[in-house]
Amino acid sequence: MGYLFQFMIISGITFIGELLHYFLPLPIPASVYGMVILFICLLIGIIKEEEIKETADFLLLIMPIMFVGPSVGVMENFGLLSGALIPFLAIVLVSTFFIMVVTGITAQKMMKDKEKQHE
Amino acid sequence: MNKIMIDSAYFGLVLSLLAYYLGIKLKNKTKLAFCNPLLVASVLIIGLLLLFDIDYSVFNQGAQYLTYLLTPATVCLALPLYREFKILKDHLIIILTALVAGCITCFVMIGGMAMLWHLDRTLCVSLLPKSITTAIAIGLTGEIGGISGITVAAVVITGIFAAVIAPLVFKWLHIENPIAQGLALGASGHAIGTSKALELGEIQTAMSSLAIVVTGILTVMIVPLIAPLFK
Repeated sequence: MGYLFQFMIISGITFIGELLHYFLPLPIPASVYGMVILFICLLIGIIKEEEIKETADFLLLIMPIMFVGPSVGVMENFGLLSGALIPFLAIVLVSTFFIMVVTGITAQKMMKDKEKQHE
Repeated sequence: MNKIMIDSAYFGLVLSLLAYYLGIKLKNKTKLAFCNPLLVASVLIIGLLLLFDIDYSVFNQGAQYLTYLLTPATVCLALPLYREFKILKDHLIIILTALVAGCITCFVMIGGMAMLWHLDRTLCVSLLPKSITTAIAIGLTGEIGGISGITVAAVVITGIFAAVIAPLVFKWLHIENPIAQGLALGASGHAIGTSKALELGEIQTAMSSLAIVVTGILTVMIVPLIAPLFK
């Protein structure tokens, strides 16, 4: 399937996501609406995996680079923190670490228990 | 010279790609976790802009075209999720429990540490949406009286930090299960964490994508309820 056709489908769903974001009064961004719509379309077979595969995989591959702009933009906002920079960073870093640990350990532990039950 | 930079639509684009490329080179050479290409690229560019006194807006004029692709790319996260749908169905309870646990941890940690430091309310509520994807976080912070600039900074630093520490955390705490790795990355580091999950494998990517959606929705529902508790 041609890249252009694939990109058309992906952009089309992104646009529908935008429309939903515009018309529905929920704080959900276009990207999340789009992700859910694409997921449902794939599940019920309106869109086949082959119809988006190469372009989707390419976009996902280069996704980290898309964050460079917003990351550099952080420099614009440091002024807002005036004096509270240390507690700000401490809270952000420490809580991120614990969220990762708690989520990961909980999932892993429950998976192991489930496997044991099946044995 | 300055005029060319200001007018150029490609300066920021080239700089982003070049800095990211150098970040990948550095990571391959040193194999160190903190040499995350996104972190290296951001630090390099911030340094360069400060050194030559170039405005962020001049840089972003070119860089924004890469950011523009972020929405369709996030939409495409549905594909790994679809490919791993069986895992999602088989372990739904575990997945939801782990993500709820992660969300509660987030609010308890932020609330607790903010009280410890006697932070003012605005800063504190601006931090509450920090582990969800930027677009949701900005909308939410406005609703609860936070400052969007602080929220965006927190979201981005959170994501980069999650991507950087993930390999170390997984190794030290022996989190080897791909489902657990993906959920942990997505719950803590939203879309930036997910871009790290892409390196680890398809199950990790699928679980991390799912975590963005579920954590985002949970946060949107819970934060407006707990925000008034902060004084």
